[in-house]
Amino acid sequence: MLRRRNFLKASLAAGGGLLLTATLRGPAGAATLGTAGPDAVALNAYVRIAPSGQVTITAKNPEIGQGVKMMLPMLIAEELDVAWADVQIEQADLDARYPGQVAGGSTATPLNWLPMRQVGAAGRQMLIAAAAAQWGVPAHDCATEPGKVVHPASGRSLTYGALASQAAAIPVPDLAKLPLKDPKSFRIIGQPTRNIDVPRIVTGQPMFGIDVSVPGMLYAVFQKCDVHGGKLVSSNVAAIRGLPGVRAAFEVKGGADLRGLLDGVAVVADSWWEANRARQQLDIIWDEGDITGQSSESFAATAARLAKGKPESSIRRDGDVAAGFAKAAHVIEAAYHYPFLSHINLEPQNCTAHYADGRMEIWAPTQNPAPGSKLVAATLGIPESAIKVHMTRVGGGFGRRLSNDYMVEAAWIAKVVGAPVKLVWTREDDMRHDFYRPAGYHFFKGGVDANGRLIALSDHFVTFSQDGAIAASADMGPTEFPARMIDHLDYGVSMIPLRAPTGPLRAPRSNGLGFAFQSFLDELAHTAGRDPVQFALDILGPPRLLPDPPGPRVGPGFHTGRMRGVIELVAEKSGWGKTKLPKGTGMGLAYYFSHLGYFAEVVQATVDAEGAIVVDKVWVAGDIGSQIINPLNAEHQAQGAALDGIGTALGQGLHVRDGKIVQGNFDTVLPLRMRQSPPVEVHFRVTEFPPTGLGEPALPPALPALANAIFAATGKRIRSLPLKDQDLSATA
Amino acid sequence: MQYVIEVNGTARRVDVDGETPLLWVLRDKLDLKGTKFGCGAAQCGACTVHMDGQPIRACQTPIASVGTARITTIEAIGQTPVGQHVQAAWIELDVPQCGYCQAGQIMSATALLTHTPAPTDHDINDAMSGNLCRCATYTRIRAAIKRAADLGRT
Repeated sequence: MLRRRNFLKASLAAGGGLLLTATLRGPAGAATLGTAGPDAVALNAYVRIAPSGQVTITAKNPEIGQGVKMMLPMLIAEELDVAWADVQIEQADLDARYPGQVAGGSTATPLNWLPMRQVGAAGRQMLIAAAAAQWGVPAHDCATEPGKVVHPASGRSLTYGALASQAAAIPVPDLAKLPLKDPKSFRIIGQPTRNIDVPRIVTGQPMFGIDVSVPGMLYAVFQKCDVHGGKLVSSNVAAIRGLPGVRAAFEVKGGADLRGLLDGVAVVADSWWEANRARQQLDIIWDEGDITGQSSESFAATAARLAKGKPESSIRRDGDVAAGFAKAAHVIEAAYHYPFLSHINLEPQNCTAHYADGRMEIWAPTQNPAPGSKLVAATLGIPESAIKVHMTRVGGGFGRRLSNDYMVEAAWIAKVVGAPVKLVWTREDDMRHDFYRPAGYHFFKGGVDANGRLIALSDHFVTFSQDGAIAASADMGPTEFPARMIDHLDYGVSMIPLRAPTGPLRAPRSNGLGFAFQSFLDELAHTAGRDPVQFALDILGPPRLLPDPPGPRVGPGFHTGRMRGVIELVAEKSGWGKTKLPKGTGMGLAYYFSHLGYFAEVVQATVDAEGAIVVDKVWVAGDIGSQIINPLNAEHQAQGAALDGIGTALGQGLHVRDGKIVQGNFDTVLPLRMRQSPPVEVHFRVTEFPPTGLGEPALPPALPALANAIFAATGKRIRSLPLKDQDLSATA
Repeated sequence: MQYVIEVNGTARRVDVDGETPLLWVLRDKLDLKGTKFGCGAAQCGACTVHMDGQPIRACQTPIASVGTARITTIEAIGQTPVGQHVQAAWIELDVPQCGYCQAGQIMSATALLTHTPAPTDHDINDAMSGNLCRCATYTRIRAAIKRAADLGRT
């Protein structure tokens, strides 16, 4: 259970009503969280009840399309016991009262499930106490109905709106001792609940960072070196200043941190289009630094060379893998590869900043505003207390906006110009200045015994380093499936130095590792002549919890029974092994545990004689614990994540040449389109475990499930992505 | 240079270079921010508006080429019955996730339903495949177009 030191403050809100602020500090709930550490979790919530009974709940986290702006207020409203129709939601700014204002890692549900309910329950208890005092009855004789306190014995009732002012003076109860609702009596949690912002979205009202408008605002573009971290030597910036609409053009000397302000040339104009047009006239000489070996072809050649030797370091060793292979009835080897990826948020990176009278005001579509504020403070030499960051709706996160490079650029340019400035990147800027999902190479060897059971597995993982250390999101842990379930296992790693910066993309690590491992396991199942579902259940063995070894990412462990449950569910729902499919059509299975969620997926795909792929259908089965908080959004997130995986597998992969990303737009990096998009059927298996998040874990199985379906359809094994670069025609 | 264009039923005067794409006139000069910038290359459809009822990519439409054509944006699409049905269906089916592409999706869907009141899946694929949704809300976009078609029949 969670143990926290709790601070809850109540006060009168401006204009009357109850203002409820809770600060919850303490160690992360190790039982539910993947990342635990001293003081890793600090949570806060905010409730306002107007005399009219209108309840305003502040949503503290960035909304990137994951639905957290609905989910957190639903938790509070449930325990507060109000009608959802009476709730208004306000988006918080970056504010020290609201720690944990980040959208990442599918963490909002596990981190907030109990604390946000406690905030609501505390408010309810205070409202009951206020009513009991007014009636002169014991509080325990009172109850609540949505929006009011009732005294059943006398039939009296008072609305929350009428009680709010008195409730604000009531001592705050001990959060840890608050009774929480029995889930059977939930009225809001568990109800399919529509996103309250949709009416504004469908009428085109300004909500996103790129829509921000400030009086007197100018527009900026910023040209950086396409070799990441290249230094500016000289430019013709003086010639730019006379171009139509241009108000300022200047060189910027940045630092060495690829996540901070970099060298470049800023062009500021009366309109964004004029700024960007003027930029076409820029002539810049860059010092690109050493780009030796910084190309996709070179990476592949280096990986193949490294694979011939021993891994540079070991990740995990169990048993004696050589002895395991010697005992095996079948041994196969295969090399897998996945490419670099860009996040391609549809809203290009942008930020609006205004520096005046020593204060910096920022409007940013960011997933992670707090480090952005710190970065601006450190780079510009402004105290953080003089920086205000407004969080706008975000046109797609996917992990890209955990970094705040666009924020520090806008702030720097605005400070130089002395006017409000909106910086907007082009699509090409966005694709060429990302924190890429690192490519990876896996050199596998696997052995199955005469009974068709996996007994030995090795992986030489060739990944990337930056400045001598493993690149961000380019690592693999010692619990990578099927570790802990195989007697003889050997994972090792070697690294290739990389100039381009890397970072988390939706389901980081898992989105690549899942493809490689789940495809190779399917390959082993077929080698053994086994059905992939039975092969998987054999690996998992009996239902049990496998604890995590100590380490930086120690989590709650891996429960084989939960994974078995979703595999069996998806097999049942998809008609696995029971559906007679036409020639050229096949079903593939994959399963993956990430971000505390257990997901198994089946893809049915058809490949025609020309090699064209049609994804016919996707079935998703997930286990995210005891409660689906908003079933409507849960289905959307699972569908979207699975389709994100399908689209990534089909059409996305970046090419590196001379240290630069070759692609720049959606003509060569192909997100999923309507005509490619299959139906996605989603099923959840409700279990007794604490609820966990859903932004990411449905993604990883989709890619290997599609690859395995293509094998089932064609007999061609997919060992490299994207599929658009593979020849699947009958004559290939 | 001065241009007068008809936007959402109103004549609007702007003083811009003739090459300025309609997208940036709408967003930065006329403060109609519902039309979105996504790629600047007619690849994503986020900037879709109607020109005389036809869906076009505003990022590739110079202001000088607009002439007397009627421009309709997301801010006014609800003034047509079909646009109303599409918006109502989008709300009912809770289509958006991040929401950034949805203005363009709605403009394309409204144009489709205006010409094809009962579209098949094939019609939907043809009309909607120029509009990217990075959140991949396609299953609900498809369902909402069919729902809007139903609303148009009743």
